[in-house]
Amino acid sequence: MQRSAALLLAIAVVAVPAEAQDNNRAQDAIRIGVTYRPGTRPGLVVLPGSGADSVRAIVKRDLDYSDQFQMVETGSATGGGAVNYAYYRTQFGADHAVEIVPAGSGVTVRLHDLAAGRVRNQTTASLPPPGDAGFRMAVHRLSDEIVRWAAGTDGYAASRLLFLSGNRLYRVDSDGGDVTPVTPAGEKALSNTWSPNGRQIAYTRFEAGRGTVVLLDLATGSSSIAPGTQTDLNFSPAFSPDGRVLAYARAEESGATNIFTADVAQRCCVQRLTVRGFADNLSPTFSPDGRRVAYVSSRAGPPQIYVMSVDGTDQELLAPFDFGVTGPSFAPDWSPDGASVVFHREVSRSPQIFILDVASGRVRQLTSVGRNEDATWAPDGRHVAFVSDRSGRRQLWVVDTETGRVRQLSTAGDARLPSWSRRLGGT
Amino acid sequence: MRIRTYLPLVAALAMAAACGGSPDPEQPVPQAGVDSAAIRDRARQDSIDAENRRRAEEEARRAEADRLAREAADRAAAVRNDLVAMINFDYNESNVRSEDQGNLDRKAAIMQVNPSLRIRVSGHADERGSDEYNLALGNRRAASAKRYLVNKGIDAARIDVISFGEERPLASGSNEGAWAQNRRDEFEIVSGGDNLTAPQ
Repeated sequence: MQRSAALLLAIAVVAVPAEAQDNNRAQDAIRIGVTYRPGTRPGLVVLPGSGADSVRAIVKRDLDYSDQFQMVETGSATGGGAVNYAYYRTQFGADHAVEIVPAGSGVTVRLHDLAAGRVRNQTTASLPPPGDAGFRMAVHRLSDEIVRWAAGTDGYAASRLLFLSGNRLYRVDSDGGDVTPVTPAGEKALSNTWSPNGRQIAYTRFEAGRGTVVLLDLATGSSSIAPGTQTDLNFSPAFSPDGRVLAYARAEESGATNIFTADVAQRCCVQRLTVRGFADNLSPTFSPDGRRVAYVSSRAGPPQIYVMSVDGTDQELLAPFDFGVTGPSFAPDWSPDGASVVFHREVSRSPQIFILDVASGRVRQLTSVGRNEDATWAPDGRHVAFVSDRSGRRQLWVVDTETGRVRQLSTAGDARLPSWSRRLGGT
Repeated sequence: MRIRTYLPLVAALAMAAACGGSPDPEQPVPQAGVDSAAIRDRARQDSIDAENRRRAEEEARRAEADRLAREAADRAAAVRNDLVAMINFDYNESNVRSEDQGNLDRKAAIMQVNPSLRIRVSGHADERGSDEYNLALGNRRAASAKRYLVNKGIDAARIDVISFGEERPLASGSNEGAWAQNRRDEFEIVSGGDNLTAPQ
């Protein structure tokens, strides 16, 4: 077991960043006047300035968390006036400079190309007042736009996570700010997931050993029960990419747990995907093309990751394992680009986060410190949030699957079962 | 109470003894060979003895009734204890272990002689695996105990099955001792649990 773990770690260390489409676009965008060396990131400085301090602070943190740039600290402020390109390029080795200045009820944001010595992109956006409920998300959207200008790929700042702490679900911004309860205090919630448009969530309301799946509209607060979940214990809900179908697991009185789907758009039409038998089938996750569902099954004994067509046919193993050697695997989540499935698997009796490359079947280990589980993809398809006890208590952490950088997202006591939304438009 | 009831008796006895010595002048002198005082004393003693015996019998009856009631309560409590006694499971297993079969056999026997009894089985798991898988595992464990009882002839409608997964641990701690305690089925009485009869 230890040798194969060491081998997996060696593979993870040696592997070069994936030749994904977004990296090629970044190279094209930066090729103008800047040499892009694979393995190094462009240097970016957020210029000091007066006014719009909270905007600048949030943007700076978001750009850092994007892991697309080598963030450069400027030390003492020399804000205002014309940007001294040579100074920032030579003294700090920066490629980009981000300038944020107040403008009316919002800000003007400029991305300066330091090598070319000019502004490459610019936008003026009005913002809600800083105390307003929509303020932070509006600033996050600005950060994502800057990432798109400078790196050629969308950031993930304008997104939120749901997580369970105690009995309640909370939502939190991608940078850890604005933790807000979402479910009522009198209920016990468990599994949870976002609808694709971010306006609804589905979660298990757990009562005396039974569980219904509640569909909750976040804006209006109205809720309904997902079809087929009024009886027994229903959990691990997942929306199809078009938001019309909800897959979930039901633990039945017979003892077995199986996967069902319901049409939540028409509120009907419950279908069984996995057959009654001696195995448990649970934790469904849809592929982004909506055609397949990856899930956990104990048909081989210890639970492993399988996949089937969305009508329940063509069930087959997805993440390979050595029977009797490989630890049990749980909680798969399919990446937004469809190329990977993240899950956790026991290694030397501790759960660790793994990524499966769907096309090749190769599996690589992402974590090794502490107990790590319940991974969920950020909408950029590059970052993954998960639960880790490495700080002493179960908290949410975020890992960049390309650089391996890890940051702590939550400080609340005992955070569990996170799920990450898609990029959020509107408020 | 005994002392209080005896005192008037003692007083009467004393008075009788005091009075018994001097014959009443209007009465004929008792014949020799017939000692009326002794007869009166003995009669009084007999009635006192009878009273004592009656009280002793009453006490004994009450003590016996108390003892029987306590024993019945103890038996009912023992029956209850047997009913709610937990069973445990091996890691990732839901099969009833051989060392727990006697426990379930006893529960089946109790349910057979108490036909209005209904119970609920809740299945639990330790913290390993995933939070969601443990809901399934707890469900499997509860259903496994139910199936055992149903196979012993208990009507399935009398047994509810629920799962708490890892949500209600008995013991905290990330070690084998805590985990072993948390891998369990719990049993609770839903209805029909008053005046439980013990099986033979």
